Amino acid sequence: MPVEMSAREAYGRTLVELGRENRDIVVLDADLSRSTMTSLFAREFPDRFFNCGIAEQNMMGIAAGLAASGKTVFASTFAVFATSRCFDQLRMSIAQPQLNVKIVACHGGITVGEDSFSHHSIEDLALTTSLPGLTVIVPADAIETAQAVKAAAATSGPCYIRLGRPKTPLVYAEDYRFTPGQAVTMRPGSDATIIAIGIMVALALEAAESLASQGIDCRVLNMPTLKPIDRDAIVQAASETGAIVTAEEHLEHGGLGSRVSQIVSRYRPVPMSFVAVKDTYAQSGKPHELLKRYGLAAEDIERAVQSVIPRKLSDQAHR
Amino acid sequence: METGSSQSKGTSRAASAANISAEAFASSRPGEELSLEDMEQMARKLRRHIVTMTAKAGSGHPGGSLSAVEVVTALYFGLMRHDPANPNWPDRDRFVLSKGHAAPLLYAALAECGYFPVEELSTLRQIDSRLQGHTDRTTTPGVEMSAGALGQGLSFGIGIALAGRLDFQPYRVHVLLGDGECDEGQVWEAVMAAAHFKTDNLVAIVDHNKQQLDGWTRDIMNLEPLAPKWRSFDWHVIEIDGHDLPQVIAALETAKQVKGQPTVIIAHTTKGKGVSFMENNPEFHGRAATAEELEKALAELA
Repeated sequence: MPVEMSAREAYGRTLVELGRENRDIVVLDADLSRSTMTSLFAREFPDRFFNCGIAEQNMMGIAAGLAASGKTVFASTFAVFATSRCFDQLRMSIAQPQLNVKIVACHGGITVGEDSFSHHSIEDLALTTSLPGLTVIVPADAIETAQAVKAAAATSGPCYIRLGRPKTPLVYAEDYRFTPGQAVTMRPGSDATIIAIGIMVALALEAAESLASQGIDCRVLNMPTLKPIDRDAIVQAASETGAIVTAEEHLEHGGLGSRVSQIVSRYRPVPMSFVAVKDTYAQSGKPHELLKRYGLAAEDIERAVQSVIPRKLSDQAHR
Repeated sequence: METGSSQSKGTSRAASAANISAEAFASSRPGEELSLEDMEQMARKLRRHIVTMTAKAGSGHPGGSLSAVEVVTALYFGLMRHDPANPNWPDRDRFVLSKGHAAPLLYAALAECGYFPVEELSTLRQIDSRLQGHTDRTTTPGVEMSAGALGQGLSFGIGIALAGRLDFQPYRVHVLLGDGECDEGQVWEAVMAAAHFKTDNLVAIVDHNKQQLDGWTRDIMNLEPLAPKWRSFDWHVIEIDGHDLPQVIAALETAKQVKGQPTVIIAHTTKGKGVSFMENNPEFHGRAATAEELEKALAELA
């Protein structure tokens, strides 16, 4: 296993494995099969692959009809097209009727890079988590992606899985097993907790490492299932560490930060800080340049933790 | 997932007696094919249900329900193989109501078939009713698709048609679209895709009543020339008088013979058909009859 791998490559390979095991797996794409890597499935199972052309709304409807007829359907395109373009189709044709469609979207976030704002997806988690009955998963690396895709195939019902574009570091070993709905403690710690999703998990670990050298003992939680979210792990982190920073490659509102803060404010109020794209659209650039420009680099997470700990201490002093 | 038994064969006579209303005709046993004369009577009966249940609810869409009565009658009481006792029977022919606001029409037909008691029609649009204002796949037995946001049914139908082909299932898929609904871009994405995938087990039926909520389609968003549009997308096109049952039946039979391409039946209809003051009156697209109007309507439909 290489040290870096793209999630979409893991997705394509996993689809082929699933296709061999289950003849009811059907895959749809919207003219991006070589980017989403569904082309691997298409090559092996041409009769169970339907390229719907550049018509994502129609693709979602076809996926729903196939699922209503007993198929386990994977529908793939870029995250921005799968969600903002198809929101009504996700809502009407897939989520409300609880059909067995897995929307696996790659090119989530701003690390899409040079293609600029039209192709960046920074609203998809707000949109998808707003739909009752839709499971939302954001794997942290290629290994978790393969696991999540298999778990989704094994569970009936609609699911949105968001993947990134670039090759990213593996944060898991080969023997990792993903459990839907459960957070994973990536690193223990007691001074503060970083809750991260997707590619931000690797950056959170980097930040925690750096903070450790400054004597700050930071817990890192990966929250691969954004919905339904692991409430207990969040409440526990709030109780035990007293401060929380969320990190996501998404707008600050409507994603991980919003969902975590809702739980924290209700069950165990503690100071929080949010590493996310502020209320803006991102521009073209190299992925690492964009992460830095829009405040999503490891140093930004580090600063967020440094800023939240004094608030925690001040709160404690006032008690 | 499909849960129905695959042992059922053809149309069913198995619906429980409890599901048959006293009001139901003796000749209209669930799922059974009716004679032409009985079908005409059934169409009239569905019209009565439509105006009555929407009037009782105090809202709903009688106009676009009344215009498609013959199409739905021909399907549910003639051509389709289905089993009201087993709505999820995997071999069933499908009817997808893409124009979800015509829910009263579908509910009336399903009730008369025996999918649920006819008495339940009076609960339309009430809280906790299985008969929601627009169709809901999760609540109503026999409803294939949650619809109401227009333009999505043909895509859904393609998915069912492709699954049928993959599984070597002989079922056929019928999708009823409104003409106003054809303003939606997704409809044309689906029109292109169905021809591309050569889904000859798929039939689209356009309820071409020439009206939409705000007025005549020619004034709001002109659809014409409609038949050439479908033909140019490589569909087999049949144009009929959508209120002439023999023509509806003949068109659906012809569609079965068409190979290698999907068929569209453009059914020329009248919005509000059967009730003089609702005919061609866009007001009744989305308004129910008052008590007084209902009385008048039922007298006309007696």
